[in-house]
This record gives sequence, C-alpha cells and structure tokens, in this order.
Amino acid sequence: MAEIKQISLFVENRPGRTAKVAKTLSDAGVNIRALTIAEAGDFGVIRMVLDDPEKGYKVLKENAFTVSMTDVLAVEMKDSPGGLYEIVNTLGQSNVNVDYAYAFVTAKAERAMLILRVDDIAKARRVLGEKGVKIATREEVQAI
Amino acid sequence: MSGYWDPHIERMPLEDLHALQEDRLKSIVRYVYDHSAFYRQRFKEAGVEPSAIRSLADITKLPFTRKVDLRDNYPTGMFSAPMSQVVRYHVSSGTTGKPTVVGYTKGDIETWSESLARALTSIGLGRGDVVQVGYGYGLFTGGLGLHYGAERIGAAVLPIGTGNTERQIELMMDLGTTAIACTPSYFLHIMEVAEKMGVSIKDDTKLVAGVFGAEPWSLETRKRIEDATGINAYDVYGTSEISGPLFTECHEKSGIHVWGDMFLTEVVDPKTGEPVEDGERGELVFTTLHKFALPLIRYRIGDLSILTNEPCDCGRTHPRIMRILGRTDDMLIIRGINVFPSQVESVLMNIPEVGDHWEIIVDRKGPLDMMTVRVELTESGFSDKIGDLMRLKKKVSKELKSVLNIAAEVDLVEPGTIPRSMGKAKRVTDNRKV
Repeated sequence: MAEIKQISLFVENRPGRTAKVAKTLSDAGVNIRALTIAEAGDFGVIRMVLDDPEKGYKVLKENAFTVSMTDVLAVEMKDSPGGLYEIVNTLGQSNVNVDYAYAFVTAKAERAMLILRVDDIAKARRVLGEKGVKIATREEVQAI
Repeated sequence: MSGYWDPHIERMPLEDLHALQEDRLKSIVRYVYDHSAFYRQRFKEAGVEPSAIRSLADITKLPFTRKVDLRDNYPTGMFSAPMSQVVRYHVSSGTTGKPTVVGYTKGDIETWSESLARALTSIGLGRGDVVQVGYGYGLFTGGLGLHYGAERIGAAVLPIGTGNTERQIELMMDLGTTAIACTPSYFLHIMEVAEKMGVSIKDDTKLVAGVFGAEPWSLETRKRIEDATGINAYDVYGTSEISGPLFTECHEKSGIHVWGDMFLTEVVDPKTGEPVEDGERGELVFTTLHKFALPLIRYRIGDLSILTNEPCDCGRTHPRIMRILGRTDDMLIIRGINVFPSQVESVLMNIPEVGDHWEIIVDRKGPLDMMTVRVELTESGFSDKIGDLMRLKKKVSKELKSVLNIAAEVDLVEPGTIPRSMGKAKRVTDNRKV
C-alpha cells in the first residue's frame, strides 16, 4: 500500500516565509489538507499533507525551498474523549515510537484524522489494524 | 606530469639562484636609492647606504615598507621610474582607506606575464588550452594578469570577467574551456548555477583545472570543489603591490612557488618584525628584484604564511609558501581571541550538512563580543525532526569551538540566502562600534 507522503520544509523564522510557502502551493493549485509548524528559535519546520504531494514537492523545490518527503500514517480517530489515547496506547504497548503527530478534523465525518510519524511504520500499521483502527489510504486523504 | 616554461631558471641550483638574487638585490637597492626620493629618505632615516648591502643576509638592515606608505604617497610618490616609462596603472579598491596606485614599465608587464607563464605551465596548461578568465578586468589586477599569463603560454583566452554566470557556463561548454581562473567563492557560485541549469561540470564540460585566489580559501574547500567537479583546483597568489596574481602551486599542490629570481621572500614575526625560522608561520615580506616602475623593498604584505626552501618534488628549486592563512587585517579579535575567517571556513567545509556559502556576523552585546556564524543547510542535511536540526547546530558550534577556542552562535539558514559573490567574497560583517 502506498504510504501517505508528507512534505516537510526548512524555513527561517522571518516574516513572510510561511506566506511564500502558501503562495507557491496556491499558485500551483495544490491544496493543503493538514499543516503544522514546529519552531526552534531562528528556524522552523513546516509539515504538510497535500492533495498532490508530488506536485507540491516539485514546485517548492523549484522555488528554492529545502524540502523533503516523509512517509507518515493517517489514522482515523474517534472525535470524542479517548480517541487519541486508544491509538497512542496501542503504539506504546507495541514499542513503536511516535516522532511527532498532529491532528485535523475532516469536514464530512465526525472523525478526526491523526497524522503520525513513527519509527516503524509497518509495525504501527499492523498493530493499529489489529485493534480495528482505520488507517486512511492515500486516495482517501486526497479525496477529503 | 607537466613540463617547465623556463627549465633553466626554474630548476636553477640554489647556489646559483642565491647568487642571482644577491646581484639583483644590490642593484635594485641602488636603483631605488638613485631614483626614488621616498626610498632615499627612508634609507637615510635608517642610517643605511646601498653600499651596506653586500649579501642577501644584509637585507635585514633595510627598513620595511607598508601599505600605509603607498597611501601616504598617493598616487605615485613611491614610484622609481619616470612617468614616461610607465605603460599601465592598476588601482586598488580602497575599501579600507585611500586607494593605492601601482604602475608598470613595459618590462614589468613582461616579468609579471613570465611569472604566470611559469606558474600556468606548472599546472599543465599550454597551447591548446582554453582559459576562461573570470576575474574582474579593469583596475583590479586579476583579470589582465591572468589574461597576459595565459596568452603568453599560447592558450586561448576567454576574457569574460566576472558575473553573467549562466553565460559563463554556456561558453564554457561551447568553447571547450579547460581551465578557469576566478575567486574560489565565485566558482562555488558557478557550480551552484550549473547545477540549477542541469549542467554537470564533470560530464558536460572539458574543465580540468581551476586557478583560484584573490581571497583565502581552505583545503577543505578545495576538496569540495574537486570532489564535486572532478577538476584540479590550484591556489594562485599575488597582490597588486607586487604586480597582481603571480604565483601558483604546481601540479604537486604542495605550496606556491615564489620565483626567487623575481622576488626575495622573507617571513617575519608580525609583532616584532624579526625573521622567523624556515618553516615557521609569520607575515610575508617581499622585495621585488626585477620590477622597475614601482619596486618595493621589504614590503610587508600583511598575509600570513609559512616559507620553505626545500626543493619541490616537481624539480623546481625556488622557495614555496604554504597556503595563506589569512591577512593580518582580516583577523578578527573576539573576546580577546584571534580568529581568522579561513579557520571558520575549514571547519564548516568539513561538515557535509553545511553548504558552501557562509558568513560571520560580529556584534557587541553589552561588554561581550558575540560571533554568529550563519550557514546554509544542505538538502542532505535537512531532517524534518527539530531534534536532528538542533543536534546539527550543536555539532557545528562544538567543532568551531574546538578550533577557534571561542563559542560561536550558529544560525541555520535556507539555501541561497547568503549573498553570493562574483569577486572577493565578503564573509564578515562586524557590527561592533570601535
């Protein structure tokens, strides 16, 4: 199964940088599904799930951004108390480490989507599957 | 293995070379005393007559000259030849004060070209080569200097000058350039632009040699350039006061041959002016033995290096100077510690996650000097985990500290954000108010 490709960008922490990212994607007609910014003082890392990651990667690179593609999991989470706990507890008990995670709520369902970067993506997929947690496919994320 | 341009002179036994130097030293001292009011005055103040110079060792009796003398005697007060003999001027940029004017007789231009003809031959260039001169033409000595040197050996010269980088790369391919002469920082920029254009210098051009200088650069930068492009990168040295670019390494890449029949090279302690032992680091002092419009006697050039009189494996007997550590006036004093930008460069170029371009910013916060080193993150150095990037910052900082002995703040910046230079790179911004 094709993994979901997250686009990550290195950006300096100065005015207008995030706007430049958004403009570049907007001009290319690429839609942002989910986004998070991790900052560390003078620089930060923007992570995004896009409807067309290959195109997004290409246009950002052409605009001289430092960009990389990372495999992540998109996990459907009940949009109610305990939704997150169920997932991270399963991973923890199976000794899968979560490098980082961010969530967004989908428009059409009462479900939230959790984007996870883990150290062992195949194992995470397996143990979550065994617990009946639904893992979104690339097509599903694109179609949101 | 390359041949020699002038085998007789270049392989001259040391004894003969010293005898020639002694003769030429005596005559140049007599010449400046007779022709330049400046030197006559200087020698008198030092209580030395030309007749006191009987051997090479007597040179230490003569007073030093410095850049400030050229400035004080602006424009041509230090010249020895009458203006009717001068066929060319070059003028320094004067970024740190009044500009300095240098002049050449017809013979001086010949000597300068001859010096570079020997040097370019020693790195294997000659008839059939295409030499792209990417140094500035005009008042700067780099462009015309290399131009004349390359023409003298029968190479075809492409006098493109600096800038217009895409055109540099197109012509490099179209005309089959085999050697390029420019500043190392400009060549790094050319490499970057070539990559963007989808041109591989290794596979799509005939470039085999680079003649890089006019700014200090490290062995680590040489390695980066050579690894990325497959060319041989050679160091070229010279300053406008002693003519311009004059000397290069030979194919052995083991020091720069400073032609003894043209120049007498000393190395002195920059503080005391006393000669240092052979092989010890100090400030270079040049006496021009065969230059007549503006001869310089014991000129303190401000560059720090090491001199060796051991003959080179290439068979040339002339002295060699080792890679220039920096200029005495490039040296930063940060919290009382001497820092050369070239040291920073050698640390950075050993770290693959860091790009080829960098800069140093010095500020004063309260009573404390703060040095910030800004480096570009490379694609391969980028991890989307903040922890990895923080570790990289720490690693750069730690390696700088181990070499410089002072702590430096490290800023990771996006590729392409540090200004690229076409000529001499400006690596340091010192915001301290003196």
